[in-house]
Amino acid sequence: MSDVATKSRTTLWTRYTSSSPVVVTLYALILGLAFGALVIIVTTPAVLDAWRGLFDSWGAFPHALNATFNYVGAGYRAMFTGSVVDPQGFWHSLTTGKGWPNTLTPLSETLTYASPLVIVSIGVGIAFQTGLFNIGANGQAVIGGIAGTAFGSMLHMPTALHLPLTLLAGIAGGMLCGALPGILKAYTGAHEVIVTLMFNYVTYAFLLFCVLSTPLQQPGQSNDISRTMDPSAILAPLFGTKSGLRVSYGIFVSAAVVLFAWWLLNRSSLGFDFRVTGANPSAAKASGINARKVVVVSFLVSGGLAGLAGVVQVASTTHYIDGNFLIGNAGIGFTAITVALLGRNKPMGIVWASLLFAALGVGGRNMQATTGIPLDLATVIQSAIVLFVATPVLVKEIFHLRNVDTVGLNLATTGWGT
Amino acid sequence: MRLELRRITKRFGALTANDQISLIVEPGQIHSLLGENGAGKSTLMNVLFGLLRQDEGEILINDVVTSIADSGEAVRHGLGMVHQHFMLVPVFTVTENVVLGFEPTKSLDRVDYTKATEDIRRLSRQFNLEVDPNAIIENLPVGIQQRVEIIKALSHDAELLILDEPTAVLTPQEIDALMEVMRSLAAAGKSILFITHKLKEVKAVADVITVIRHGRVVGTAEPTASESELASLMVGREVNLTVEKSPYEPGDEVLEIRDLVVLDDRGLIAVNGVSLDVRAGEVLALAGVQGNGQTEFVEALVGMRSVLSGTITLHGRDITHLTPRKKLDAGIGHIPEDRQRDGLVLTMSVADNLVLNTPRRAPFASRGTRNLAAVNENAEHLVKDFDVRTSSIQSPTSALSGGNQQKVIVARELSRSLEFLVASQPTRGLDVGSIEYVHSQIIEHRNHGNGSLIVSSELDEVLALGDRIAVMFEGQICGIVDPSTSRESIGLLMAGHALEVSDV
Repeated sequence: MSDVATKSRTTLWTRYTSSSPVVVTLYALILGLAFGALVIIVTTPAVLDAWRGLFDSWGAFPHALNATFNYVGAGYRAMFTGSVVDPQGFWHSLTTGKGWPNTLTPLSETLTYASPLVIVSIGVGIAFQTGLFNIGANGQAVIGGIAGTAFGSMLHMPTALHLPLTLLAGIAGGMLCGALPGILKAYTGAHEVIVTLMFNYVTYAFLLFCVLSTPLQQPGQSNDISRTMDPSAILAPLFGTKSGLRVSYGIFVSAAVVLFAWWLLNRSSLGFDFRVTGANPSAAKASGINARKVVVVSFLVSGGLAGLAGVVQVASTTHYIDGNFLIGNAGIGFTAITVALLGRNKPMGIVWASLLFAALGVGGRNMQATTGIPLDLATVIQSAIVLFVATPVLVKEIFHLRNVDTVGLNLATTGWGT
Repeated sequence: MRLELRRITKRFGALTANDQISLIVEPGQIHSLLGENGAGKSTLMNVLFGLLRQDEGEILINDVVTSIADSGEAVRHGLGMVHQHFMLVPVFTVTENVVLGFEPTKSLDRVDYTKATEDIRRLSRQFNLEVDPNAIIENLPVGIQQRVEIIKALSHDAELLILDEPTAVLTPQEIDALMEVMRSLAAAGKSILFITHKLKEVKAVADVITVIRHGRVVGTAEPTASESELASLMVGREVNLTVEKSPYEPGDEVLEIRDLVVLDDRGLIAVNGVSLDVRAGEVLALAGVQGNGQTEFVEALVGMRSVLSGTITLHGRDITHLTPRKKLDAGIGHIPEDRQRDGLVLTMSVADNLVLNTPRRAPFASRGTRNLAAVNENAEHLVKDFDVRTSSIQSPTSALSGGNQQKVIVARELSRSLEFLVASQPTRGLDVGSIEYVHSQIIEHRNHGNGSLIVSSELDEVLALGDRIAVMFEGQICGIVDPSTSRESIGLLMAGHALEVSDV
């Protein structure tokens, strides 16, 4: 039924007015920021008062608009300069050649935060692609962090051996923690959501036990703090310690994971089994795929990556762990679930989503420091973006997008919930 | 009710799904809408039922132009729809399902089940729709579930019933029962719009036949028209309804099944001591009313269900307890009963589905890495050889019509060198053109001297394909007959009556 006359060519305009997954995600981002602006307006007394002036006189309108733009603008400007780059500082560094470390600090912080997030999110994404909900990635990352810290702080060897083995210890820890729910699911049918969710609590208790007892507790300390990793086991800052930039060789670990995941999902026979099982377990069985094996192996990979993320987190930032390791806002294993959704479980999609979430988190801190808008706004924006991504129909309606690629869109969103 | 559709047109972008379709359903008439899959039947029904809005044309109910905005309005106008896939809650009772959304209440907002049950009994009696109002849906056979759908429509005072491919999921007996119901509904003055692509049924029950092709009405016919006339009208070319077979020359024994016992999901015996032999160059057709153990039998054969006792031997090698993978590798091909559930991954591309059960085999992969060039080359080749109509080998199989989906499976199975083919309901839900094609492929496989087992609940298919016909009843083989045996005799076997010795 191809009608040449009505078939439109792909122009820039048609591309951005049609509803492909990428376009919808971009618009969801815009909507999320708009929603955040709305929250700033209603939660900032100064702005709200300016609008309240309208009850007295319409003349207050320019003032209200002005106040809104000032506050929202300042907030988002702080977010941007705190997470990407301050244009003025950048220009200064470019013209004078000075102050580069300061200029690059925001970007460095964003990358530092994003680096383990990419790894753990890809782990969660791979499980999703297999049809498994790994809600326990955070616990697996905690175990990975404990294993890596123990290996890196209690054993001593040259860097060439120590660092790789430390990372491997983290992977092994995460795998062990991921294998249990996998095996329980494969052989007893225990639902992985329940098991992994509960495992998070077990791992927290285990973390506290580890950092409060010998041999992992820092000698001579009674606080919940571990030994510090040997310099031979850490992921050193890319530009040396003197630069003050925290971004470390961990980003190369993340890049390697992205490549590995791309190969696994798109090119490997194992990944094919994963995707077939995730998309249609009955057909997988009929095609001779061993469902038990796939569940266990997928959980091993997912847990292993979560564990790697845990050890990367420690080895590239604090070099020790404490009782608050990956708790609350730092719980990257939980953030990973939304990041994987936003990235549609695809390695490159997850990279972009991680960078976005990292930037919102890092920039949010700067926003709180400079404008007083609470850091929680970053969480609000993150949540709003995910909400809009999860409801593509809403985004399509708001922006009047044409239905060009709805097949791909539905696959990416509804396929997630199986 | 008198329903008139006037020049209904519905476009999806460049595709015109319905092009100026007009038809009239008189009160008490069974009007059959005949067309291949993808001809635009479902689109037209969705327009009529308010799920889609027509671009042009009007709907007249009892000679009044009516606009139908949603399905609720359609129901209020006296339209009732029985979908191909039932809209029932499996764990609810018949009564609960029928009243769902329109519950009659007594004081304190309690649902009046006594009244609801009475209503169902009354409708059952009036239209020969025998059903137990207190039965749980998931325990009922498909044919009875369909009755519940019909009762549900009638309980909303439907004057015109739309039956969308109602026989696709039914056994021959259930189809006959449905025809009876349709006739009694028509006799009571209800109008019926019967959507199908099955010629026999149309001829058996319709008063008027409208044939559509590529979204257009291509003709109307009387039920007295011959099947091949209807088929060529529907497909747009001459259709060969009989399968050409080379003479039956059975070779050595390929598959030997001895005293096979298999349990069903509830742990009850589904296959009870079945022994069968299939020879090279032979199609053994397994006939039987659905639910007599065929599904479990096939699942055990291909390794998806464990065998309790008995043996399966392929070329003298015991394969009884092999895993599905090992059975695939041993050369057993499988065309599953439910192609969308067991045969395909709908979200994946045609190319990937064509290697679904051989992804690790050379040249499709080596040392754990897939060779996509080989996978795509294989797909290009098979799509051409097996005439799979798809815009691209990278399209998801969900974008293909049912017939082309089945061709993907047939291509995949017959392209890997098979020792034995097991095909379960290979043409269920397919249009005439696709049935013709799938049959010819199976027969070609046989003509090359291979053994096949075809399981079908369609007597026509069994008779067309089988060199010998085994009939299964309550988990046992109750007779093996020659395809020249009369339909009546086989029908009796299917109903569990043993034949005279001379007939076997």
